Amino acid sequence: MASQTTVDILLLSFGVFGILIALTLLGEFLRARLPIGQSNPVVEAFVVRVHSWWGLTIVLSLAVLSGQVGVILLFAFVSFAALREFLTFTNKRQADHLSLVLAFFAILPLQYIFVAFDWTALFTVLIPVYAFLLLPIVSALRGDTNQFLVRVAETQWGLMICVYCISHVPALLTYDMPDGSDRSILLIVFFAMVVQLGDLFEYYAGRTFGRRKIAPSLSPKTIAGVMGGVFAAAVVGAVLSWITPFGVLGAAAMAALASITGMFGSIVFAAIKRDKGVKDWSHLIPGQGGFLDQLDSVIFAAPVFYHVTHLVWG
Amino acid sequence: MADKKSLLRRVAARAVGHSLAFVARFITAVRADWRGIEPVAKQRVYFANHVSNADMPMIWTVLPGYMRRQTRPVAAEDYWLQNKLRAFVGPEVFNCVLVDRRPEARTEDPMEKILEALDEGSSLIIFPEGNRNMTDDPLLPFRAGLYNMGKARPHVDLVPTWIANLNEIMPKGEVVPLPLICTVTFGSPIHVEEAETKDAFLKRAADSLIALSSPERSRD
Repeated sequence: MASQTTVDILLLSFGVFGILIALTLLGEFLRARLPIGQSNPVVEAFVVRVHSWWGLTIVLSLAVLSGQVGVILLFAFVSFAALREFLTFTNKRQADHLSLVLAFFAILPLQYIFVAFDWTALFTVLIPVYAFLLLPIVSALRGDTNQFLVRVAETQWGLMICVYCISHVPALLTYDMPDGSDRSILLIVFFAMVVQLGDLFEYYAGRTFGRRKIAPSLSPKTIAGVMGGVFAAAVVGAVLSWITPFGVLGAAAMAALASITGMFGSIVFAAIKRDKGVKDWSHLIPGQGGFLDQLDSVIFAAPVFYHVTHLVWG
Repeated sequence: MADKKSLLRRVAARAVGHSLAFVARFITAVRADWRGIEPVAKQRVYFANHVSNADMPMIWTVLPGYMRRQTRPVAAEDYWLQNKLRAFVGPEVFNCVLVDRRPEARTEDPMEKILEALDEGSSLIIFPEGNRNMTDDPLLPFRAGLYNMGKARPHVDLVPTWIANLNEIMPKGEVVPLPLICTVTFGSPIHVEEAETKDAFLKRAADSLIALSSPERSRD
């Protein structure tokens, strides 16, 4: 069984590598079409993005191949990087130093330990209940009331988004497949691929057709583009249904659900960025901005995907 | 005295230096923004705001190796010679120019040591506020050192260097650094103009540094 899972992971990785090779060639073709000595910023941005996708695909493939520990460590690091980006832009004062240190070095590792050991009762309440109550106490004891509610609320929001939501991706590992196999790790691959490919389709194809914008003041997403992206995700989901326990129609529906949640998630993130006056969360992923810029849709979709998987196929 | 031990110590110093840079990058993902200069090995004096003991290692971390090797931070002798570990890290890892901050007790003139280092071709990192800034103001008034350097060696570029976020990453009195993203912004070089007074120059230098504190954002 284990070897079949490994073979399937490799198959999927090589499938994605195939897509990336095609996109890399497309980028080089678009470059070559331009007169010598000229460059087109859209093409250059596309090429940089494809290079980043190569990196992300290789890292995710290696983590999934190395098994449960690799996946959990990878997502724990992703949470760390995302929380670092988020809290860089929130309100905080020296009185919050200890509670923020606890968020990074106690709450975050604990959450992933609970996920690793499948202690569902703990990992679903640690941040929404215990961090929610404890961290404001720690901040309040230092006595600085300047913007107190804003400070603790933004910190809690960061933890929910960057740690609680992201940890639902590796939590899929602990889903017991109906056939008793170890293939739940493939659900992560399924989830990541449908959300990212739906986004990709919406970004490059969707925005050219469709004119009515969903949220004109903050996002270029159009209604037709989002519908097209969700449809593309559903098709990818149906094609990948053989790695899921959902069946063809179920896989298409789950893919569409994950994709649409993700797209609204990225609109929420656009609103936060606009509010904070930042264009990108950081510069750590070339061409994509920060981890949060890359993962905004995954973050929103993960808990929904996790819960529906458990509710309907649990 | 180029014996075996000193070679070993030099290797150890390089290893410690790389480890410190790695830790700084892991915690703060520190990034250089070359807004006013190119990252080339030219002789410069980087003058920076000072809010935390981690300031100097941050600048040191973002300098590429070929610039780092010729750059020496100017630092307080009483701090770096306090114990054996610091005496290793300060002078040997960071290759600091150690100056005595106490005018009444010192035997050497700090400016002489600084000019000596400049004449050897080194670039320098200095904190012209003299002390860590614990106030809500962006900068403390600059000491005269920067002016004296610029006056004595007018060909050297004086580069304003703004370190963002460190007061939140490592506020005074805290032990554990907070992982937040830190950016080191290098501005356009300035020089002491002919007939420019000390106060006018120091104000211009401080303004050029503060100007870097607002990020180049398209909208806010």
